[in-house]
Formats: sequence, structure tokens, C-alpha cells
Amino acid sequence: MNPVAAKQPRGLKKPSKLSRAFLLKLELRSHPTLLCVIRGALEPLMEMLNFSPEQNRAIIRAVDEAVSNIMRHSYRGRPDQPIELYCNRLHRRNNGETEQGVEILIFDCGPAIDTTKLPARPLEEFRPGGLGLHIIRGSMDSVQYMRAGRLNRLRLVKYARSSKGGCGSEEEKPS
Amino acid sequence: MKITARRVDKATILDVSGNIDMSNSPEVRKALLREIREKGVTRVVLNLTGVAYIDSSGVASLVEGLKASRESGSRFVLFGLNDSPREVLKISRLLKLFEVYDDETQAIAS
Repeated sequence: MNPVAAKQPRGLKKPSKLSRAFLLKLELRSHPTLLCVIRGALEPLMEMLNFSPEQNRAIIRAVDEAVSNIMRHSYRGRPDQPIELYCNRLHRRNNGETEQGVEILIFDCGPAIDTTKLPARPLEEFRPGGLGLHIIRGSMDSVQYMRAGRLNRLRLVKYARSSKGGCGSEEEKPS
Repeated sequence: MKITARRVDKATILDVSGNIDMSNSPEVRKALLREIREKGVTRVVLNLTGVAYIDSSGVASLVEGLKASRESGSRFVLFGLNDSPREVLKISRLLKLFEVYDDETQAIAS
């Protein structure tokens, strides 16, 4: 299905807290061919926010996996459902220094997610699938899911001086 | 994304260009399994030089290829990993399971 020609459902009605200005807002349909559009939009933004190339790749990887999960699991492959993504700048004080970061909020209107049933597998198992959540958690400093009214909200946060550079270590144990 | 197959000695080299994500990873899986299971090629070499990004569904396709090669007694080799594909295999703790070479010459000679 051509994502541009897809039936345009109504936009998501989000909580009023989202009225603040964001650096970037993307509204798109749940069509897998649009994943490259998200990656293409995020890369220059993360460069602008002074993330290293490795951190930039980690953020893009996490967002791509999160949106893929929405398409596959929340919308069960339906290609015309709404997804909204917001990026905002964050700051925090750490050891007397100000660190710059990014907050990414991703909304969809699929059914509520039972986080106890999310398909993540032990990394020791050698089989296809179940890697998306490991990749998201291993790439970001904070990953929070919540149900906001009739929407699913995923909040991803990463700071530019984070110890999670991106690819982690094969020797690390899963958190 | 584009996949083309060529034959070098007894190996089939699959040249992949473009990004691999959930929109096209089934094509990678299909191409790998066709060479390994249907054609019975004894060595399948995946050229990832032209691939800047692989998501978890792409990684799953590579894992399926590796499993199929082990089951059929053939070899499945990767070369030309860029930063992002290397990182995603590392974070998935799969990098050590694959035979990975820097270039085609090494991959063929292995």
C-alpha cells in the first residue's frame, strides 16, 4: 500500500501537557516504508544536539525499533494507523556540569500494552526475533512506557555524555 | 534495498545495498534461504559494504541464515560491516557467532 495514498485517520488526541513547543514533531502512518523517513529526520537533529556519531546511531536505532514494534505489535501490521513522534531538548546537572540530552516521545493509539508480555528473549538464546527491546534499552539512558488516556506513550531519553555510548559490550550482563 | 547474487568459485556472494529494516528484511531472509536450502550452496557470503543500517528484523534474517547453514553443513560468512550493523550485532551479543571478515578477498579465502 502506498503510504501517501493511505486513508488518513484522525490524528491522535494527546494529553494537554504536550502543548509545549518541541524541536521536532513527526506525524506519520504505520507503514514500514516510512521508517527511513524517521531515521532521516533524526540524524541531523541529533547532530545539532551535539551527540557523537555513535550516540546518534544509538538513538536512531532505539527509535526505529520502537516504531517498528508499534507497527508490528500495537497495530498488528495495519499500515494506515497514526503514530506521532516528538523530540525535545533536555538538560541536567551532573557533577557541576550541564549535560544536554534529548527526550523522544512516541504515541500510538493501539491497545494498551501488557509490559509483562513484551517479547524480549534472553540474549543467550540463539534464535531469530525478540531483540528489539534489548536494542532499545541498551541504546538509551531511560525507557518508560505509560498508558496516557487511550494512547500508548513511550518516552526515550538520552544524554550526550551518557555512559551508554551506543553498542555496549558483549561482556556486559543484561540489565 | 537491492540484493544481487554472483558466483565466485564455489561460493555465492550476495551483494546488498541500502538499509535493512522491517520493510525489506524478508527479502534478505528469502535470498539467504534460497541459496542455502534450495540451491545447496556450500558457502554463502553476504557483502554488507553497502548497508549503513540493519534493524532487529534484519538481524533475525541473518540469524536464520546462520541457523540454516549450520543445519545444512554449509558456511555463512559476512564481510564489509559498517559501524551501525556491527553495533547492532554487538549489542545483540551475536557478533561473535558470525564469521565476519573485512573484505571479499578474506571472506573468499577463509
